[in-house]
Amino acid sequence: MGVLAIITGFFAIGLTRDPHALPTMMIDRPMPDFKLEPLGDEIPLLTFSDVKGEVTLVNVFGSWCVACAAEHSELMKIGNSGAVTLYGVDWRDTAFEGRQWLEQYGNPYSKVGLDADSRLAINLGVTGAPESFLIDTEGRIRYKHIGPITPEVWQETFLPLIQEIEGGKQ
Amino acid sequence: MSRLFFLFCLIAIQTLSPANAQEKTESDFPPAIEAEARTVGKSLRCVVCQNQSIEDSSAPLAADMRQLVRERLAAGDTPEEVRAFMTDRYGNFVLMKPPFQPDTFILWGAPFAFVLIAALCWRLYLRPGERILDTPDPLSDEEAARLRARLQEPGDI
Repeated sequence: MGVLAIITGFFAIGLTRDPHALPTMMIDRPMPDFKLEPLGDEIPLLTFSDVKGEVTLVNVFGSWCVACAAEHSELMKIGNSGAVTLYGVDWRDTAFEGRQWLEQYGNPYSKVGLDADSRLAINLGVTGAPESFLIDTEGRIRYKHIGPITPEVWQETFLPLIQEIEGGKQ
Repeated sequence: MSRLFFLFCLIAIQTLSPANAQEKTESDFPPAIEAEARTVGKSLRCVVCQNQSIEDSSAPLAADMRQLVRERLAAGDTPEEVRAFMTDRYGNFVLMKPPFQPDTFILWGAPFAFVLIAALCWRLYLRPGERILDTPDPLSDEEAARLRARLQEPGDI
């Protein structure tokens, strides 16, 4: 009986945890330096100097990423709301397909860069798309969200955090 | 004939296997770097398909990590520095073999603890040897009388 209880306990914890949600190492660390490629002439290129001076949300996406399509309408709302400066990192993509994606679904990002060979993604400890990094005025990563940003996630997690960062001005 | 067919199948499987497909992707590096990169790659977990090393995985991110490992080794990093680079970004999770440190003491100690528990159970409950020596108490007079009466009852099995 005791053994059964222990095994049940193990499974109760073990089976309800998501093994894909890895602990994040990047919290409170400065945004790593990066150099991305442009998606096109008419799409402003995201550079390292952009992620400083204001609260920004860096969204890692890709045209191949199914879950990214699911969060895109929310990103459009966020981009239009002006609550935060939204940047995009088109990860493991081609400039052509990235451009097509933004033309098809709309471009919520102020600036976008292409990370074709995962240089920035690996530096950020990205394991899959979409992932979103909230970065404070000092250029420090304050929060990482794995998976699509749903309206609930935006309302209950991001908005309070943004207000806290802007209010604190640390 | 059937042997030839078997050989053909074997070669076909070999050439189609993902392991072979991957080997073609990176080889712009000197053999020494390549060999070192493979050893390092075997010790790094693919963060997409988590039970494979980045050397074994065909995930695109693993391919980029393999490339990065080679570049860093070529730039003069030691294997330890490359591993440190990855754990700095992905945590200890990225190591196939978790390090022995306070928060993994339970992990590494558990097998020994279980062996110890098993030995204890064996000693306490099974008590080998003693079982043979343990002779039951002799029957009391009353028990012996009941047994005798029972044995003399006719027809009963």
